[in-house]
Amino acid sequence: MRFTKDHEWVKVDGDIATVGISKHAADALGDVVFVETPDAGKAVSKGDSFAVVESVKAASDVYAPVSGEVVEGNAVLASAPETVNADPEGEGWFAKIRISDASQIDALMDRAAYDAFLTTL
Amino acid sequence: MTDQALKTTPLNAAHRALGARMVGFGGYDMPVQYEGVLAEHRWTREHAGLFDVSHMGQCKITGPDAIAQFERFVPGDYQALKAGRQKYSLLLNESGGIIDDLMAGKPDHDGLFVVVNAGNKDEDFAFWSAHLSGDAELTVLDRALIAIQGPEAAEVMAAHDPVFNDFGFMDSARLILFGVDCYVSRSGYTGEDGYEISVPAADAERIWNTILQDARVKPIGLGARDSLRLEAGLPLHGHDIDATTSPVEGALTFALSKSRKERADFNGADRILKELADGPSRVRVGLSVKEGAPAREGAEIADMDGNIIGTVTSGGPSPTLGRNIAMGYVPPAFAELGTDLKVLVRGKPAAAEVVAMPFVAQRYYRKPKV
Repeated sequence: MRFTKDHEWVKVDGDIATVGISKHAADALGDVVFVETPDAGKAVSKGDSFAVVESVKAASDVYAPVSGEVVEGNAVLASAPETVNADPEGEGWFAKIRISDASQIDALMDRAAYDAFLTTL
Repeated sequence: MTDQALKTTPLNAAHRALGARMVGFGGYDMPVQYEGVLAEHRWTREHAGLFDVSHMGQCKITGPDAIAQFERFVPGDYQALKAGRQKYSLLLNESGGIIDDLMAGKPDHDGLFVVVNAGNKDEDFAFWSAHLSGDAELTVLDRALIAIQGPEAAEVMAAHDPVFNDFGFMDSARLILFGVDCYVSRSGYTGEDGYEISVPAADAERIWNTILQDARVKPIGLGARDSLRLEAGLPLHGHDIDATTSPVEGALTFALSKSRKERADFNGADRILKELADGPSRVRVGLSVKEGAPAREGAEIADMDGNIIGTVTSGGPSPTLGRNIAMGYVPPAFAELGTDLKVLVRGKPAAAEVVAMPFVAQRYYRKPKV
């Protein structure tokens, strides 16, 4: 699993990247009450706001950690947004993206680097 | 880490000891949540929630001319207010805009005890200092303010002192509680029964911890305070009402006392009476948002033809109702209950309907008539 400084995670399987927000981000947001995931077919560029996650208090953008084409948004989150709090780095994934530039993955932090990054915040 | 620019309440250490997540609000370092906004919201609706609202402004306005001077800038009849009662009112500018909303009462026989919003208190106190004339004096009180709210609040507090049972909604008194000089009112900002208790700053932590020992009581942060007041249909100054909105636009005409309207002797009376007679150009309404994301402050409101007719001033999920609610301003032609509208969230239109406020029924305690 790789992480961005904006607290998204990416898990790669072949050319498909599953993307979500880190446990740190989910805890910081608090109770998630609404998630808007992208539709299949949507082209995203690294750094684009491609999903929205809302807590009771506020809406936050989720940025695409890699470029590519969305192959699936997590439909479960529409009816059960609390899944993001319950299992942020598993069942609470946001979207699967077909990666267009695999080298972008290498630029992301691994778990150890991300944990170290969190201590600097 | 405490932001050095932020002030702290006498309960700051208590919040940190409880593991609260702290944020800046109204110039203060305040707890936004302890265990989580939803859990705290629900606890308050079902049991009793304890709130530190010491960031709010507290003052006395005293002297032989206190009431008459205070009344110049508010539309409520405080001459007629009985001792031991308080009343919600609005501090008005010359154009009838709302400088702040406030609670003012007669807890003792010494003028008025007034509670104002944290973010406005410096401005309010400066306003009164500049405008109160004659024999009326403003004294800013450096005290803590603790609110306990929820259906079990009365039983919890009666266990500390049976005198709490003697209060009806909006009763106000100054008395010795927990061994110290307190101002108490049976009121709040959640729609629930409960009390606001002004205590000496030095005693705040002891009293907070004493009340928290009751298993029915949990500490509640500002996050749930906001969602609770939204469900109760209560406006938040600086968001739902401000210095440009009048009491008529803000749907707060209940704060206009009949005698004061007849006398038309308060700031902005011309505009306010004209709006009462002719209707305002916009009015605050409640909206049930029937689909999609929560519509928050700043979301545009459109009619069914897509014309932008207004703006959401606050909104979010209602934990009690399990759907999204909002309040905002629309022209009176669109303010009738049941009117279908759209709210635009990130450009996407979602169906909404004008509904009555409060969204969740208020449960204030009215003393039985004898």
